[in-house]
Amino acid sequence: MEPNLFKYIWRHSRREQLAILGTVLLSLPFYFLALDLPKSIVNRGIQGQGFAGPDSTQPFLAIDLPFGESITGAPVTLFNGISLTQPQYLLALSFAFLVMVAINGGFKFVINTNKGRMGERMLRRLRYELTDRVLRFTIPQVRKVKQAEMATMIKDEVEPLGGFIGDAFIAPAFLGGQAITAMAFILLQSVWLGSVAATIVLVQAFFIPRLRRPILRLGRERQITARRLAGRVAEIIDGATEVHAHDASNLERADMAARLGRIFDIRYEIFRRKFFVKFLNNFLAQLTPFVFYAAGGLLAIYGHLDIGALVAVIAAYKDLPGPIKEMIDWDQQRNDVQIKYEQVIEQFQPGDILDPTCQDPEADVGPPLSGKIVIQAVGLVDDSNNKVLDSISFQVDVAEHTALIGADDCGKDRLAMMLCGLERPSAGKIMIGERDVTQLPQAVTGRRLSYVGPETYLFAQSVRDNLLYGLKHRPVREAARPDAPDRASWIAEATRAGNPTLDFAADWVDYAAAGVDGPEALTERLIDVLSLVEMEDDVYRFGLVGTVDPDANTDVAEAILKARAALPERLAAVDAQSLVVRFDPERYNGNATLAENLLFGTPRKPDFAGHALAENPLMTQVLDEAGLIDDMLHMGVSITRTMVEIFADLPPGHPFFDQFSFIDADSLPEYRGLLTKVDRVGEGALGAAESLALRRLPFAYVEARHRLGLIDEAIEQKAVKARRLFADRLATVDPDAVAIYRPDAYNAAASLQDNILFGRLAYGQAKADEIVGGVMTDMLDALGLRKTVIEAGLSYEVGVGGKRLSANQRQRIGLARALLKQPDMLVVNDALAALDDATQTRLVGKVLDDRRGRGVIWAQQRPRAGDRFDRVIVLRSGRLMEQGSYAELNKPGSALSGLVAAE
Amino acid sequence: MSIEQEVEILRKIPLFANIDAAKLKLMCFASERLTFKQGQSLFDQGDSADSAYIIVAGTADVIVTNGTPSVVAKVAANDIVGEIAILCDVPRTATVTATSELIVLKITKDLFFRMVTDFPEMGVEVMRVLAHRLENTTADLMKARAAVRS
Repeated sequence: MEPNLFKYIWRHSRREQLAILGTVLLSLPFYFLALDLPKSIVNRGIQGQGFAGPDSTQPFLAIDLPFGESITGAPVTLFNGISLTQPQYLLALSFAFLVMVAINGGFKFVINTNKGRMGERMLRRLRYELTDRVLRFTIPQVRKVKQAEMATMIKDEVEPLGGFIGDAFIAPAFLGGQAITAMAFILLQSVWLGSVAATIVLVQAFFIPRLRRPILRLGRERQITARRLAGRVAEIIDGATEVHAHDASNLERADMAARLGRIFDIRYEIFRRKFFVKFLNNFLAQLTPFVFYAAGGLLAIYGHLDIGALVAVIAAYKDLPGPIKEMIDWDQQRNDVQIKYEQVIEQFQPGDILDPTCQDPEADVGPPLSGKIVIQAVGLVDDSNNKVLDSISFQVDVAEHTALIGADDCGKDRLAMMLCGLERPSAGKIMIGERDVTQLPQAVTGRRLSYVGPETYLFAQSVRDNLLYGLKHRPVREAARPDAPDRASWIAEATRAGNPTLDFAADWVDYAAAGVDGPEALTERLIDVLSLVEMEDDVYRFGLVGTVDPDANTDVAEAILKARAALPERLAAVDAQSLVVRFDPERYNGNATLAENLLFGTPRKPDFAGHALAENPLMTQVLDEAGLIDDMLHMGVSITRTMVEIFADLPPGHPFFDQFSFIDADSLPEYRGLLTKVDRVGEGALGAAESLALRRLPFAYVEARHRLGLIDEAIEQKAVKARRLFADRLATVDPDAVAIYRPDAYNAAASLQDNILFGRLAYGQAKADEIVGGVMTDMLDALGLRKTVIEAGLSYEVGVGGKRLSANQRQRIGLARALLKQPDMLVVNDALAALDDATQTRLVGKVLDDRRGRGVIWAQQRPRAGDRFDRVIVLRSGRLMEQGSYAELNKPGSALSGLVAAE
Repeated sequence: MSIEQEVEILRKIPLFANIDAAKLKLMCFASERLTFKQGQSLFDQGDSADSAYIIVAGTADVIVTNGTPSVVAKVAANDIVGEIAILCDVPRTATVTATSELIVLKITKDLFFRMVTDFPEMGVEVMRVLAHRLENTTADLMKARAAVRS
């Protein structure tokens, strides 16, 4: 990248800079006119200069040819103007002033927006270039960087550049012009005073930047310490488990305090120096007037200088410090951003970076790989000069299944990465067909080959998107866009900022690579691949607890409603109908909380969920109308009475409070107080807050579970009435707040499982969840809905880094992703290590069966797995020990048999 | 059945005879009441154990499979089953199957230990029950030996 910020800015925004400069120049005459007009308004408009009397007129807007008199000897009038009386003249001038104000404002607006746009464009370009470089870092390079530091640089550190770019050339041109004009004027009035002023300006220009140098150095340090701080914060978060597990939080606190202390010191030093420079600068600026007043005054007294000239010099000097100060500020800013820029791009200039052509989306994928993969004397030396691999040579057929077997440190993992071009050998060559792997573009290595490592990364997307990630190399189908013209302007703007114009919203999925013809067939294929890695059941379970959008998937919703209708019959068939108590709009459900009975739906907004419901005004109003307020208060008192009684003797920290109590240990005394008050003076005497505290308790009450006998038939009826009132009111006030349960409608806010169950499991029935779960699974299979549920499961969000999945599930998905694109050669690098031995063996077998006739290279530690492969290559400490079939090698004395014995 | 009724039932069980009502209420509140259908088993021999059961109503067979399954005991209301496995942390030593509709109070291992620690009276009661069983088993053993010798 261009190391000089100014060259970088000039190269990419030359035309815009010049256009803005032009606009600035164009605006100057209007600016001076606007400054000049008030004088004319006062002198001529108000005071009537040039007007003989109230009725006399003056020409307005008369235009003489500039320098006409000196050229032709007489004024050349181009336009005679309009004759106006004094009041007319005043109004005309005033309106002219208004017009000038508007014009100047307009110029300012145009200039500023253009400057802003140019700055943003450059910032966009710079950020894009930085991320582009990150994408081109080689894998060994990427391993060395801290992601949070990179993110801070791209996001925060380049930010001030955007603001500066607009002023990079215009400000010095403009301010410099102003300062030179003022200086020239002073020199014209008095060479002597002028040279005094010029000397002081030169002193300023010489000393101030020098004094600022340490500030710049500190600024650089500040930038680096702040960046490292960001890196450490990210590390603490990534390592949260270790921090807690080793009680190391205080070490981290101390580290943070030390870093923040350092940043404080730096920043304080910067402030101290900055304000000292400011003080000095102001002092020097005021030194000039001192010289003018004292020396100039003395000269005037002794008659060496005329007073008029002195006054003119002092007046002209007023215009000088402003631009100079701004110039000095600009220079400071320039240094600052230049340093920031250098600091940032330095981090993005590793010695080893991929050539852009390597990742060209349109690069030729070439024919399917065939022939031999030849590994020729391949060696690898790591950063600390250790030999990781030592002249390894072997050949495998592209259609062959090969196992790379060796202990953890044998170098097989690096070899596997090299085979896919993810790492470069320090010596030797890897040839696929006729081509050197290091020379192949990623269009070949990323499509014809498929690599999956032990720490497969899953992106914070759905399972489906993670699986499809391996198929998205470039847009294949345009996105359906109703707003095509916007797209054109988007492309134009992206081009101006040097960004690529690939459409993120387009369909990027390479269906052909997955072996299907379009989106419809793809889901089948995804399910096949998932079942190959034995992940189908997991995704099925995700589907059951997941939600689907019924508007986008009307058939799914319909099918689920069918399942809902069929459930009672299915349960009855195994004599299990009593295990589920379904939701009935006309009935109270004793197995659900009172809150759920009142809402009779799934809350979508926080003020209708959990604790907030007790304070929700709509709910309170409805409870009041249904006559439930007093009942709930009684229930609250009853619950309190029971809780106070049974939890009285437990110490406050006792786990029962968390598990079984409506009231936490800290609030128990308060509730005990409320109870005493109720017993003494009755419920009516409670204050509003006290009453609410009691009324909030029964919301979580489940009759069948808590068995306090609080809900009798009368209350059930009132609750059902309140439920109806609530639904009616809600429909008019905020229909989106709660997804109401309706027997014949799909509930978009509830999970598939809840939609089918449409009720609650009955409490106290042994093994209810097991039995009902089994019935539901059988029923979904019988109704042909298994696929629908899995499809819903594909939308399951895996969380950041796939954290919502187990390590084992992550590895299965990683393998499925690599299999989905049907590569010519699948390279697996110990990618199932999180699974148990039996499952690993089974999956290896399944994958090899699936890939019969197409190549697999599988690096792994378990030597016995080798017997499923055509060829086994045994590595030890970076050397190739032996190769051949498993049967050939597994003989007494061989390296393989040694590994087998050690297992 | 409300919690008050459950407490009344528990009080009739010797194990809880000496424990005051508030503690029993806590136990009822903290434990799950389960209904098993006839033929359903509470747990199977060899399962890992997480809870003991107090029979509130109904009857069940205790079945030990040693080659062939045989009923070694019959339990009914007020009996406690499954406590051995949670006390000694061993897999279930027998299968318990309901022979009628069976209502039990499921006491998790956690709750059981907490109750015993918090209320030593209950611990003594458990010891007494176990000692009785041991005595019965010893008597059975004697009889069996005598039968073998003669």
